[in-house]
Amino acid sequence: MKRKLEEQFFKFLMILCTLSISGILLMIIWTITSKGAGSLTWDIVSKIPEGGFYIGKGGGILNAIIGSIYITIGATILGLLVSIPVVLYINVYAKKNSWLATTTRLTSDILFGIPSIVYGAFGFTIMIYFGLKTSLLAGTITVTLLVIPILVRTMDEVFRVVPEDIGNAVYSLGGTRWETAKIMIRQCVPGIITAILLSFGRAIGDAACVLFTAGYTDSIPTSLDQPTATLPLAIFFQLSSPIEEVQNRAYAAALILTIIVLIISFTAKYFSKKLSKNKI
Amino acid sequence: MTTEKPHISVKNLNVHIDGNHILKNISIDIPDKKVTSFIGPSGCGKTTLLKTFNRLLDRQGNVEITGQVLVDGEDLYSPDTEVTHIRKKMGLLSQRPFPLPMNIYDNVAYGARIHGQRDKKELDRIVEHYLRGVSLWDEVKDRLKDPATRLSIGQQQRLCLARGLAVEPEIILGDEPTSALDPVSTQRIEELFLELKDKYTLVLVTHILRQARRVSDYIVFIYMGEIIEFGTTEEVLLNPREKLTKDYVKGYIS
Repeated sequence: MKRKLEEQFFKFLMILCTLSISGILLMIIWTITSKGAGSLTWDIVSKIPEGGFYIGKGGGILNAIIGSIYITIGATILGLLVSIPVVLYINVYAKKNSWLATTTRLTSDILFGIPSIVYGAFGFTIMIYFGLKTSLLAGTITVTLLVIPILVRTMDEVFRVVPEDIGNAVYSLGGTRWETAKIMIRQCVPGIITAILLSFGRAIGDAACVLFTAGYTDSIPTSLDQPTATLPLAIFFQLSSPIEEVQNRAYAAALILTIIVLIISFTAKYFSKKLSKNKI
Repeated sequence: MTTEKPHISVKNLNVHIDGNHILKNISIDIPDKKVTSFIGPSGCGKTTLLKTFNRLLDRQGNVEITGQVLVDGEDLYSPDTEVTHIRKKMGLLSQRPFPLPMNIYDNVAYGARIHGQRDKKELDRIVEHYLRGVSLWDEVKDRLKDPATRLSIGQQQRLCLARGLAVEPEIILGDEPTSALDPVSTQRIEELFLELKDKYTLVLVTHILRQARRVSDYIVFIYMGEIIEFGTTEEVLLNPREKLTKDYVKGYIS
């Protein structure tokens, strides 16, 4: 009898915890929707701030939306250009448990745990060192530093569990390591997409990295050396305003950010499912 | 030993993995166009020996290999030997089939493609020829564009054999190639081996004595990293010279 009660008690506790996860998500969506939906007008997504925008007058945050998308896409592409060779090297080229592979994995684990404000500060130092100003370029580079360890780690997890025999199959057909690498990439497409998605979500939502490096401006950047607004900072600046309409626009910005992330999530899921049909 | 012409000659091969002496002073001549099976208890080194033949073993870290493995007189472990060239000579059939993440057609065409075959008609011919060779053609000819993973395990293993044969190897290495298969699929693979030995040298690792008896011409009994006995199937299985072999064949040690 006692054991049965125990069993039921813990089952109840687990269900409670499990439900609370979905509960938190629903609460977040409800909060930003209830406060932000009213301000989520066509103007907000299609116009840049007009004079007096920050005291409640007309305009929108198109500058921040475009800025965030530029930085995120740029950082994800740059991040992939660095991390795919890393992952291929430690999984295909390096011998098992080689010194370099072990060190690389450790390094990316440590980098993964570094808070983004530290990347922000580091990016700022680098920026000053190279004589750059706050700009789209500086922001993108800093966010790239943030996403590289995410990409490396997530992709490495997937590449590591590919059965050794797949590689052996290619080798025993007389394949080179490069040919094996290509097969590995095919095999890992869903994992690579997950990695891109994670890094995209992290990059678009990160405020600390762009705070010192990308700056903030009301116009849409037209070149890499111009500063740019970003969605997280648009939320941050407007939320700290005492004017209620401006605060609500911060929630609208949060809603836009969440919608972008959700769209990316679902598209990525769709493609990863479609592309994984040939997988073992 | 045998009087046959050797295809693979192993001379004083020693393998250490992580400091453990896995293969001890192996010397053996594997006869040309025959089926030679390695038998022995788990962990005796039979798979390791097989993997030294196509140099997959040195992919692992911490492996030390000394001695010689000669294929057609060419030393595999000489620094001038090109590994991809060696591996092309040998088809590998692993314990579980691992089709490449692509469709049935591309799996068979893959080897030919990486070795430079681009002609569509020729690739079609190769795919059909080798799929027929493993009697899979009739089962898959209408769904060549399906992912290879849709096939049953037994079909996948035959597909992997076709894929290996399509690069025109001289030697086929099988690492317990039927251990994941049902009895019917196993029988088909065994029949294929018997057909293939006209053209290829086959080296199999197996722990099923009955299988070794059914398919092999020669048997090598390996125990604790050493070759205990090497002879024709009848000699080793029916009239073993060594006590260890006798004990293993009778099932006292496993």
